[in-house]
Amino acid sequence: MTDIRYLAPQTLDEAVGAFAAAQGAARILAGGTDLLVQMRNGVARPGTIIDIKKIAELTSIEETADGGFRIGAAVSGAVLAEHPRFGTVWPGVLEAINLIGSTQVQGRASPGGNLCHGSPAADSVPAMVAAGAVLTIQGPNGRRTLPVEQFPVGPGRNSLAPGEILVSFSLPARPKGSGDAYLRMIPRTEMDIAVVGVGVSLTLENGVCTAARVGLGAVAPTVKLVADAATALVGTKLDDAALEAAAAACRAACKPIDDKRGTIEYRIKVSGVLLKRTVAIAAERAGRA
Amino acid sequence: MAKVHVTTTINGEPVEFLCDPGQNMLDVLRNTLGLTGSKEGCGTGDCGACSITLDGRLTCSCLVLAAEVEGKEVGTIEGMAQGDHLHPLQQKFLEMAALQCGICTPGVLVAAKALLEKNPDPSETEVRFWLAGNLCRCTGYDKIVRAVMETAAEMRGAA
Ligand code: FES
Ligand code: FES
Repeated sequence: MTDIRYLAPQTLDEAVGAFAAAQGAARILAGGTDLLVQMRNGVARPGTIIDIKKIAELTSIEETADGGFRIGAAVSGAVLAEHPRFGTVWPGVLEAINLIGSTQVQGRASPGGNLCHGSPAADSVPAMVAAGAVLTIQGPNGRRTLPVEQFPVGPGRNSLAPGEILVSFSLPARPKGSGDAYLRMIPRTEMDIAVVGVGVSLTLENGVCTAARVGLGAVAPTVKLVADAATALVGTKLDDAALEAAAAACRAACKPIDDKRGTIEYRIKVSGVLLKRTVAIAAERAGRA
Repeated sequence: MAKVHVTTTINGEPVEFLCDPGQNMLDVLRNTLGLTGSKEGCGTGDCGACSITLDGRLTCSCLVLAAEVEGKEVGTIEGMAQGDHLHPLQQKFLEMAALQCGICTPGVLVAAKALLEKNPDPSETEVRFWLAGNLCRCTGYDKIVRAVMETAAEMRGAA
């Protein structure tokens, strides 16, 4: 084992400086539920570990003046679940994040880690895509923002430039009559990896869908925004024809793998089924909001 | 290798130790501090046998770097009984034979205590979900779940 350094900077500038200086030999530590496993099995051998949990912006949840939310990338699922308002405004995002692992894992695992780990089956990502989350990223050249769906570029790969750190997720304010939901299909009943995951966020006005976003996971090399599915829903009363058109758009967006969890045929079929079920839950919530 | 000096609190007592920067907390508990109640079933966050609390929050000690506990409050199974006086969960596990080999038991107890502190009146479903990260190869879980439910009822009655 070579020398490892552990750093726990108090500020983002220090963290970015150390991360850039390490030139690829460093790993960011948030909840550690992926990193420590990778270190143990030898997949990750970081020279420096940069713990970002002492940086306030990375570990805080803020309700912004316009009614949106800003969630630090290292906030744990358990902390987010205890927020008095977040789960009532974004129940779909919260239920997706809370599907990640056991109670013990929830105590540490973060949406930022789930996104950066880069699994196409990451549960929180389709829900974040549906929610229209915008990322704040900071690096040696300053800050930038990026729509979450543009972040993953392949399994385990993302669009962070060298030295850049994911800082937070910004979720927009919710118009009246909005609801979101996330459903996944897994071979077991709990604690498993999605074979298909669907996130839906929509707004209803007098029963007519005025806005929608659909995120689709585990059926392509990255989680995807399915714009055609949203287009099929907007302007309709979510009648059977609209749901079938949106389901067809999801099936068309699939480029899945074939593995022991699910065949290509199964994943494609289930993506359409889950789309309909997820829309139904989101619409029911929108009707109450 | 440069060691990290850590000052922390374990079960209410101030503790200092030296660790390697990449060493996990379970390893330090067991091999540096001699607190061998926390068990290693997997080392990868799957089994829950290493469960501890960190500032009151339930977590797997195998997924925490020892260097991270600087300034925090760590709770382990060793802090559960007060001297010879067992915690009601421990007492009930004995009475109802909610363990066989006992390897999973420290983790189950730490997790169950964290549940009852958060929710003194959990449903059976809530107990089963909360403990889903604590694997037991012996009991079939039923006695564990019943012992937790019964303890919760007794503790509510006593309160
Ligand atoms: S040893 Fe930590 S979860 Fe199994
Ligand atoms: S009693 Fe043996 S593993 Fe649970």
